[in-house]
Amino acid sequence: MKVLICGIASEHARLVALQLVERGHEVVGIDQRPWRDPPEGITVFQADVRKRPAEDVFRSQRPEAVIHMGTVSHFELSRDERYRINLGGTRAVIDNCAKYGVAHVIFVSRHTVYGAAADAPLFRTEQEPPLGGSTFPDLADLVAADLYAAQTIWRHPNISTAVLRMAYALGPKGRGTLANFLRGPRVPMVLGFDPLFQFMHDFDAASAITAAAEHTLSGVFNVAGPPPIPLSVLARHAGRTSVPMPESVLRRVLGKWGFPPLPVGAIPHLKYPVIVDDAAFRAATQFEHRYDDRAIIQEYREAHE
Amino acid sequence: MLQYAVSPSVRSRIDALDMDFNKFGLDKFGVSRDHVAAFYSLLEPFYRRYFRVKVFGIEHVPSAGRGMLICNHSGGVPADGGMLVSSIFFDHEPPRHVHGMVEKFAQTWPFVSPWFSKLGHLPGLPDNAIRLLEDDRLLMVFPEGAKGLGKLYRDRYQLERFGTGFMRIALQTGTPIIPVAFVGGEESMPTVFHARRLAKLVGAPYWPVPPYLVPVPMPLGCELHFGAPMHFDGNGNERDDVIERNVGQVKARVDDLIENGRRIHNTLRQGEESGG
Repeated sequence: MKVLICGIASEHARLVALQLVERGHEVVGIDQRPWRDPPEGITVFQADVRKRPAEDVFRSQRPEAVIHMGTVSHFELSRDERYRINLGGTRAVIDNCAKYGVAHVIFVSRHTVYGAAADAPLFRTEQEPPLGGSTFPDLADLVAADLYAAQTIWRHPNISTAVLRMAYALGPKGRGTLANFLRGPRVPMVLGFDPLFQFMHDFDAASAITAAAEHTLSGVFNVAGPPPIPLSVLARHAGRTSVPMPESVLRRVLGKWGFPPLPVGAIPHLKYPVIVDDAAFRAATQFEHRYDDRAIIQEYREAHE
Repeated sequence: MLQYAVSPSVRSRIDALDMDFNKFGLDKFGVSRDHVAAFYSLLEPFYRRYFRVKVFGIEHVPSAGRGMLICNHSGGVPADGGMLVSSIFFDHEPPRHVHGMVEKFAQTWPFVSPWFSKLGHLPGLPDNAIRLLEDDRLLMVFPEGAKGLGKLYRDRYQLERFGTGFMRIALQTGTPIIPVAFVGGEESMPTVFHARRLAKLVGAPYWPVPPYLVPVPMPLGCELHFGAPMHFDGNGNERDDVIERNVGQVKARVDDLIENGRRIHNTLRQGEESGG
């Protein structure tokens, strides 16, 4: 199968590309960022997915499947740029898929689109509405992109479309929202709260995306690894010092004195859990995670001590 | 640090719990083995000595598999819940951990909310209840809701209206209902009026005020009476009148257990007063 990965230069997308090649697929990729000397079987085109050169890749390469991993979070870029990339980019990718006869599209989303709230069920199924933008405005662009991608299911019924709402990826690569949050020596917590965090190993995340591609999934699926653990346990085993502080103080210190630069809207995620039920994905793909919490944290810690 | 707070009797029973804890001592719902052990160690003196809880009919609680314990609220503070879960842990063979459904407002309380989570007492949402029951857990439900806690002493043991959600969930999940009466709570914590402003200040539905002003129960004996499991046919999508009728049967059964329990309670108290 010929697979096009949008946003291929990110650490996690590279893992997916390598796994696909290992499993006998041909991989092409688009990214504005370079991937110098990719291994054999992977061809990278340096382009913006919203621009004409990217469309030329669709036209010339004619991929059978497209994996869109080219979205960015609040840790990386400003709000305006995020809207352009996450929404404009997703629209361009899906338009090109429709135009050039792509049979299968996978949009890699985040489990945080469900939002953190006191009155939410502990486990979110795919039937839950994604309310992330209501409490966390900086997530609104990703929620919109997720919903836009899901529209493809009925707007282009000839394209088999899967939206994967993935738990945080963590591990040796040290990239992604949770890895960035844990980067510094001190992890901020809201005094009196200790929410469960759900995450999966970098390699398991890549395996899940590969499995989705190979099974030609269609629909919205939650994807997760081992059962969740409290933030305090995660921080302690990652070798970080958790610093609980009143919410009013926390708002003022984010981004200062070694604390991660979280937007204030992210604070509910430090009070209430966002846990997904991934039973549907596991049933559809027979996916099984290989790394437990302890191994994931250990590998992250060793790589980013 | 929590392991130092665990009593020897709890330590011996915690290993007998039918729960899969991972390397971090957590189960799939985030229930923490250490927190559960510390919680029961904290409750034990209240269960054994402060309220001197006696149990009747505990053999009706299944040793394995799902079950829904439907209990009345008794007293202005939810000591009834603590004593009910303690009874299943300390006096049932094998010991089992009972999950509670907590009011959604409790999730916003610092320090309280993470404890509830680590004990498996989840927000009172149907999704949470169904998931726990489908995992063959025991669930404790007070269908009177917060209103049951707000009863004044003059209305003691008069059951408030039962919500119907529990019945639909029991039908949907094929869960037997075990009616339970908690007797003695109204006497140990008699509410004579509600301090509404204080309640509003802390975001609670009630702030009970007893004659001695401090909202702490007195150390009086209490009893728990368990009834035989009740099974209902259906899938949870029945008409409201069918559900109401089933709920009425459960309420009547709890009422019977309370009536009988109050007679036993009075006999026991008379025995205590006469030095028996």
